[in-house]
Amino acid sequence: MADVTKKKKAKKKDYSATVNSKLMRKPLKRVFPVFVLPMVCAFIIGFVYPFCQGVYLSFCKFTTTSNAKLVGFENYVKAFKDSGFMHAFWYTALYAVVSVVLINVLAFTAAYALTQNIKGTNFFRTILFMPNLIGGIVLGYIWSMIFDGILSHFGTSILLETKYGFWGLIILMCWQQVGYMMIIYIAGLQAIPGDILEAADIDGASKWQTLWKVTIPNVMPSITICMFLTLTNAFKLFDQNLALTAGRPFETTVNADGILETVKTTEMLALNIYNTFYGQSMSARGTGQAKAVIFFILVAVISVLQLRSSKSKEVQQ
Amino acid sequence: MADKKIKKSAKKAKTSLTVVFSIISVVYILPIIVVLINSFKENSYVKTETFKLPTAESFVQWANYIKGMTFGNYPFFKSVLYTTVITLLSSFLILLCCSMAAWFLARVNNTICKVIYYLCVFSMVVPFQMVMFTLAKTADTLKLNTPWTIPIIYLGFGAGLAVFMFTGFIKSIPLEIEEAAAIDGCGPIRTYFSVVLPMLKPTLISVGILEIMWIWNDYLLPYLVLDINEYMTIPIHIQYLQGSYGAVDLGAIMALIIFSIIPVIVFYLTCQKHIIKGVAAGAVKG
Repeated sequence: MADVTKKKKAKKKDYSATVNSKLMRKPLKRVFPVFVLPMVCAFIIGFVYPFCQGVYLSFCKFTTTSNAKLVGFENYVKAFKDSGFMHAFWYTALYAVVSVVLINVLAFTAAYALTQNIKGTNFFRTILFMPNLIGGIVLGYIWSMIFDGILSHFGTSILLETKYGFWGLIILMCWQQVGYMMIIYIAGLQAIPGDILEAADIDGASKWQTLWKVTIPNVMPSITICMFLTLTNAFKLFDQNLALTAGRPFETTVNADGILETVKTTEMLALNIYNTFYGQSMSARGTGQAKAVIFFILVAVISVLQLRSSKSKEVQQ
Repeated sequence: MADKKIKKSAKKAKTSLTVVFSIISVVYILPIIVVLINSFKENSYVKTETFKLPTAESFVQWANYIKGMTFGNYPFFKSVLYTTVITLLSSFLILLCCSMAAWFLARVNNTICKVIYYLCVFSMVVPFQMVMFTLAKTADTLKLNTPWTIPIIYLGFGAGLAVFMFTGFIKSIPLEIEEAAAIDGCGPIRTYFSVVLPMLKPTLISVGILEIMWIWNDYLLPYLVLDINEYMTIPIHIQYLQGSYGAVDLGAIMALIIFSIIPVIVFYLTCQKHIIKGVAAGAVKG
């Protein structure tokens, strides 16, 4: 009895993580250089300074950081006029939609099946998660060999047709990510209190009803996280794209001004930005940086939007 | 009677699920098996007979593995060594510096601390392409382009997630323990190392695993920052061999892929439980 009241009191106490007592706060503040400074210095070198300079350079014409000249919004205009960039944008968006749906459905199904107390669950989890630890470049080459092995029987190659490149990438990413998302879904499914499921069972709900009305609303936080992760992963995808097709096949078209333009048909946003920077012409670097800023805003907006919209759907617990 | 029937059908469903997942597991391992098979074949047979076991004429024993070690005028073991150095040093640095910083940020929590914390959270949504060019230039001017100095770059770019996760956990640790240590005469440094750090162990493992998985497989950052003529990592090495058009020896590359996967799989099987827990924890907080 005494124990219970104690616990309640502890809970009621307005608990804060901040140190207020003088005994600790003063000596703690004195060690700022030891505790925080190394991280902050590295953070400035590795993030803050490059980020600010990146934003600045997106308004400049430059080949290296030392010869930058302000040109206003010219780079952004050029970026939006670049047909390769726009193609990469729509291609990435299409890829994102397909991969988010496919990966999440497969991962949830696998997680649901593997929480039904079947034999060998742990073994299956181990196997399904394994591809996740292999790096993107290696994965890309493993699968390009496999796809080419299959397609060579039909006298073609993954590098020759856009649709092969697209579905090849989808298969690759499913193979890599389903296990990861499954682990998150399993954690969510196991956190559902058993008495809720029991109550549904007693009330005569069928398995299908229980799944839709009880299980899924209760794993909404996991669904949020997984959707968010797969979507940002899809937009940030680089290594696999580079290793699997590197944008091939290329398509040459004549644009409105009568200039020949090469569009890399399986090139995604991240790879397009990379190619603009380190491709043949150094003069396009300003455009590349502008593309990078647009890309960053896109990813940031998606992250914020998705977190907000999914949070409102979560069940209050 | 009816109850028994339901139980029986449920049992049947469970066994069929086991069968289905056994098949899926086999399909899942298949790509790696195919790579393994092809690593024993002569180069010209890899493309034409990808899914066949090596025959008497295509079988080359360990030749691909021996060739792979020096393939491309760069010894492969050097790439492995550099990757290991970079991964271990960077992870250690991130764990130490970020957990210390996170403790300070959570406990002092004044305006400066809040600014640093929110900057860290902000850095988590910034894709690498945004800073890639300027970061490579900054690293170059500061001479951070060797495997022994690149961990500083990793600490800077990877700080966001680590600080975020550590702060989240530290906020849930009751302050009373640290207060008791302070009353007993511990200074902040001693309080941190003998009281807080041991309590952080589960988060240290989670963050450590996420960082190791990221850095070991990272391609673009080391490719842009490191001096490629002197230092390569495993992903850079494999990309370099495949990217050099013309005479690509697929057999040797398959052997190298097997070489690079083995440590990963050994690492996975030995700390499987921690990895799966770490991933779940990292995702829930991230």
